Amino acid sequence: MSAALPHALPSSIVTSAPKLLAPVPAAVERPVALRLDGVSKRHGVGADAVIALDTMSLSVRAGEFVCIVGASGCGKSTMLNLVAGLDTPSAGQVHVEGGRPALMFQESALFPWLTVEENVAFPLQMQGVGRGERKQRVAELLAMVHLEKFARRRPHELSGGMKQRVALARALAQRASLLLMDEPFAALDAMMRDHLHLELEQLWQQTGLTVVFVTHNVREAVRLGDRVLLLSSRPGRLVAEYDIDIPRPRRIESTEVAGKAREITDRLHEAARHA
Amino acid sequence: MPESLAGSPLRARLHAVTVDEAAEDSHSPLRAVDGVPVLGDSPVPEASEQGNVDAVNPDWVKPDGSRLAGIWAGLWPKLAALGLALAIWELVVLSGWRPDYVLPGPGAVLSRLWTDLLSGDVLVAAAITMKRAVLGYGIALIAGVTIGLVMARVKVLRTAAGSLLTGLQTMPSVAWFPLAILLFQLSEAAILAVVVLGAAPSIATGLLNSFDQVPPLLVRAGRVMGARGLGLYRHIILPAALPGFLTGLKQGWAFAWRSLMAGELLVIIGHAPSIGVRLQFSRELSDAEGLLAWMIVVMVLGVLIDGLVFGTLERRIHRRRGLTGVHG
Repeated sequence: MSAALPHALPSSIVTSAPKLLAPVPAAVERPVALRLDGVSKRHGVGADAVIALDTMSLSVRAGEFVCIVGASGCGKSTMLNLVAGLDTPSAGQVHVEGGRPALMFQESALFPWLTVEENVAFPLQMQGVGRGERKQRVAELLAMVHLEKFARRRPHELSGGMKQRVALARALAQRASLLLMDEPFAALDAMMRDHLHLELEQLWQQTGLTVVFVTHNVREAVRLGDRVLLLSSRPGRLVAEYDIDIPRPRRIESTEVAGKAREITDRLHEAARHA
Repeated sequence: MPESLAGSPLRARLHAVTVDEAAEDSHSPLRAVDGVPVLGDSPVPEASEQGNVDAVNPDWVKPDGSRLAGIWAGLWPKLAALGLALAIWELVVLSGWRPDYVLPGPGAVLSRLWTDLLSGDVLVAAAITMKRAVLGYGIALIAGVTIGLVMARVKVLRTAAGSLLTGLQTMPSVAWFPLAILLFQLSEAAILAVVVLGAAPSIATGLLNSFDQVPPLLVRAGRVMGARGLGLYRHIILPAALPGFLTGLKQGWAFAWRSLMAGELLVIIGHAPSIGVRLQFSRELSDAEGLLAWMIVVMVLGVLIDGLVFGTLERRIHRRRGLTGVHG
């Protein structure tokens, strides 16, 4: 645990079961999957420099589903880039356990020259997995996202929701223990999003993945997260943290989710006023 | 017997098909994929929740009857334009603007072309010219891709040599001939050198520009999934750049073809009766019919290569990636 965290212990680390006992000792023993220690990121130099992230410290435990919420310009994407190893911090340290994390974007980022199955096989190919095993793994993954019948299609033949499911299968193919998601459902319609929330929740429960999910939609964050972290804008800074102990599976339109979302939204507005 | 048709199995089958189609057409707002309700979650071109690959047809192949109609629809405007061009040509000849022996009509030229085709002259000349074109373009392709790749990898080199490359590209390749003839005399090498110099800068520039147009998101995705260094080029950047690179290849070909024609007119190699040599000799012998016939050969070859080689490649790539905005 990082000493810089404003709270003593995350009380909600248990993945799916509703909490009966307050801090569960077993949960505390879960290893840390991701830790940021005083991470800052500056873009540019001198007077023109923009501070995208300001001394951010947080930790995510293995198997936890953490949502990060903030207005635009709060450095959410910068943070994911740092964690994914696509960028280096100006100050502080990023610790990621268990190798390179998988990353999913708002756009599917599927390769248009490959079929659906070739797209899903891509990370396996990069890892040097043999042809036979690749085929089998891809079939399993496409079954997980209910797209086994679309294996030979090309990305442009799929709808937005299907593309994101292929992107999810491709991210899972990497067999990373940490999955980073950068507003993955922001471009989808509400029904599709609800459906993918359920699918993602089920996959997360089956696989025991650690998920860091960035969104600007507070309700979505409360619907999915064990914990919601609130970031301020310019510079991006951690301003508040909420444990979400609403039992799963949750519904985005339920009063509990709406109530918690209202509380977080109020805090978000307050943070925006101070900025 | 016609009366029994109503009860025949054929009729029944036809009926069943119509019903199935109707069922598929009436898109209920809530469909099911594997028992999970999904709203509007269908493949973009044609809905097929059954996942029957044959049922969905991204290539829009029409049934046989309308296929011929489709070919005709694409063909008649071309034929009409060709007819119009020939008519204008004939009218100019008929107007008596120039005497027949300087500007013959389409009838005389086409019959001369037919004679030269039958005698095998066209084939021999086209073979010589195309051999040079393919060889020159091949060398230009290798050189252009190598230069492009190196310049893409080494940023300093791109800054240093970028404007030089643009200068080479904008320079009319005919301007190279005096130097090429000094260096290589009137030889195959002189022609080849200018063809390569004409095409390679375009190919290199095309490759560099197509790299610039690769969506950064795809590169990010590739890097996250472990593609690094040369692997990133092989698996992400090159395939992503392919549609743009094809434009560079096409432009390179246009430059190669023009350089070659200029070269064949300037560098006459007597024992190799290429298209250029034929053109030049026709002029020297005041054989206007032959001259125009050979010009038609040049044009037809250009159209064929552009349409058959580059057009086919382009259509295939665009269809696979759903970039059918231009080609329909």
